[in-house]
Amino acid sequence: MSMSDPTKPPGDAEPEGLQAETERLLAELEEARPPHAGPISQIGAALVALAVGVFGAVGSYALGLGRLTAPGPGLWPFAVSVVIVVLSAVLVVTGRGLQDTERFSRASLQTVVGVVTLVALAALLPVIGFEIPSLLLMFVWLRWLGKESWRSSIVISIGAVAAFYLLFVVLLQIPLPRLI
Amino acid sequence: MDISPILDGFSVVLEPANLLYCLIGVIIGMLIGVLPGLGPGATIAILLPITYGIGPVSAIIMLAGIFYGAQYGGTITSVLLRLPGEASSVVTVFDGFALARQGKAGTALGIAAIGSFIGGTVSILGLTLVAPVVAGFALDFGPPEYAALGVLGVLLISSVGNGNKLKAIVAACVGLLLATVGRDTFTGAERFTFGSLNLAEGIDFIPIAMGLFGLSEILYNLEERHNKVSSPAKVGNVWPSRQDLGQAKGAIGRGSVIGFVLGVLPGGGAVLSSLAAYALEKRRAKNPERFGQGAIEGVAAPETANNAAATSSFIPLLTLGIPANATMALMFGALLIQGIQPGPQLVTEHPDVFWGVINSMYIGNILLLIMSIPMVGVFVKILRIRPAILAPITVLITLLGAYTVNNQVYDIFLVIVFGLLGYLMKKFGFEPGPLVLAFVLGSMIENSARQSLLIFGGDPTGFFSRPISGTVFALVVIVAAWPLIRKALPRRTKELTS
Repeated sequence: MSMSDPTKPPGDAEPEGLQAETERLLAELEEARPPHAGPISQIGAALVALAVGVFGAVGSYALGLGRLTAPGPGLWPFAVSVVIVVLSAVLVVTGRGLQDTERFSRASLQTVVGVVTLVALAALLPVIGFEIPSLLLMFVWLRWLGKESWRSSIVISIGAVAAFYLLFVVLLQIPLPRLI
Repeated sequence: MDISPILDGFSVVLEPANLLYCLIGVIIGMLIGVLPGLGPGATIAILLPITYGIGPVSAIIMLAGIFYGAQYGGTITSVLLRLPGEASSVVTVFDGFALARQGKAGTALGIAAIGSFIGGTVSILGLTLVAPVVAGFALDFGPPEYAALGVLGVLLISSVGNGNKLKAIVAACVGLLLATVGRDTFTGAERFTFGSLNLAEGIDFIPIAMGLFGLSEILYNLEERHNKVSSPAKVGNVWPSRQDLGQAKGAIGRGSVIGFVLGVLPGGGAVLSSLAAYALEKRRAKNPERFGQGAIEGVAAPETANNAAATSSFIPLLTLGIPANATMALMFGALLIQGIQPGPQLVTEHPDVFWGVINSMYIGNILLLIMSIPMVGVFVKILRIRPAILAPITVLITLLGAYTVNNQVYDIFLVIVFGLLGYLMKKFGFEPGPLVLAFVLGSMIENSARQSLLIFGGDPTGFFSRPISGTVFALVVIVAAWPLIRKALPRRTKELTS
């Protein structure tokens, strides 16, 4: 980003200094990020993108491209997929030195557990209503993901679900599937 | 200029029910926006479902409240926790956090609220004057111009982000591809539906936005990113003293203008304007070494500018129908859900809606000022609550909120899928912003490109022979080639100096 200003005396490098300062702060905030994951994951990510592009291209070719005078349903997605294919191919070749991926660590297991609770909530919701799945989700997140004590995990999850019940069911009267 | 539609708009906005919606919007916008790691984009995404069930005008008014509330929520965490909610409040951290350490967090937050209010209001006034003119200019735009503008918008948002540009464009193209899922409007053919009835309807914007912006942030933050966050400093007196106000006066005035002008630029307007406003104040200061040590102008200038810029970034959205950044993409999607198509016709065909949107911004801004100062104490209390407790509550709001939109569990699954996708994208250095923006613009670009081809009789060079679409496409080429140009430039200057 350029911040050139004609009124600025030449040699005054201050905006660049500010830019550097901003980048330093951002880097400091990013400190908590796990180390970057290296060339294999870069290439892997680019290959996944490439696969998406190939999949899109094949699928839209099958839909029929039509002609420029009478574009078929597949023409636009085909064009977009070709761009994906080309750019990800460039990424496969040139992207191995990038440092913007993050290594998966033990902490990533937390995210896996989190996603499992989300899927469980979505799957159980139509069967047994929202109360028990929500309670379980709150409890798992508090006790194991948040490392809260047993007591506060129980108290907070019950309190939060009761508040949700009041808000969604009693006040807003939204037809959520529910037990009670 | 005929001002009666403007005044009519006000009478709608000022109805007590709408004022209440705006107030609720401001408060919950701040409440969610203050959660560490959740920027305005994530906040608006999470709160989209609550605006779904109410009428369009009330929904817009509430959205304006959420928008301003969420912006200010990011300021609160910048000052108190040194955690900017988004890039445009990064500069605020320098002096804001320094003030907080001196026990003057309240002053910083107070002056930020006042600056935001003034910057926002100046910007809305500018918007009121400029928007109809731009819209009038754009009225005779045809499909080729829209196709060109759409492509330029997607490309700009991809190229101004922080990350790798190639990855951003790939993400944007995936968004364009996702937008084609469902029944083709021209031929009726089903595209990428795999025989699913749900997919035949296309993918809704709400689950995409909630998943990629909202849930993905929460999943990402689960990896213990903000553990080092110290509990917030003492707030102290929120009302700035007369001396503080005097010191900040100039910074607020200049910040408003810088923010308004730069905010119109697509992409990084708000970020650029906060940097520029801070740099300008530092350069003008008699003793610039105060900056970074808790100079009140160092908070006032960037906060005024980023709010002014956030407001003026509505101009390209409301007049051309092109969102300038990820947050605007969300507002665009939210308006579309309400059956409002932002674009040049809006001001002439639906003046009530157009002025309703603009006037609700005045109200949102005023309510923000009124609410922020007495509520600062409440937010500090919220920040003292451990993120571990806030995270599952936010998750439940997101998932149950997603369900309420169509009363379908399918939508919850979509949110989870896109949440996971967003998390993985972040892990692998792809930004979700360009994907969401491209998804929003996708069908518009495709439809206008196909209509253009029909107009041109199948000749794609027709895009370049029309003056406006030709100019815009020339810009597209420049933006696309810019990284190469920039690479070439320093090499030349180095050669010259050596």
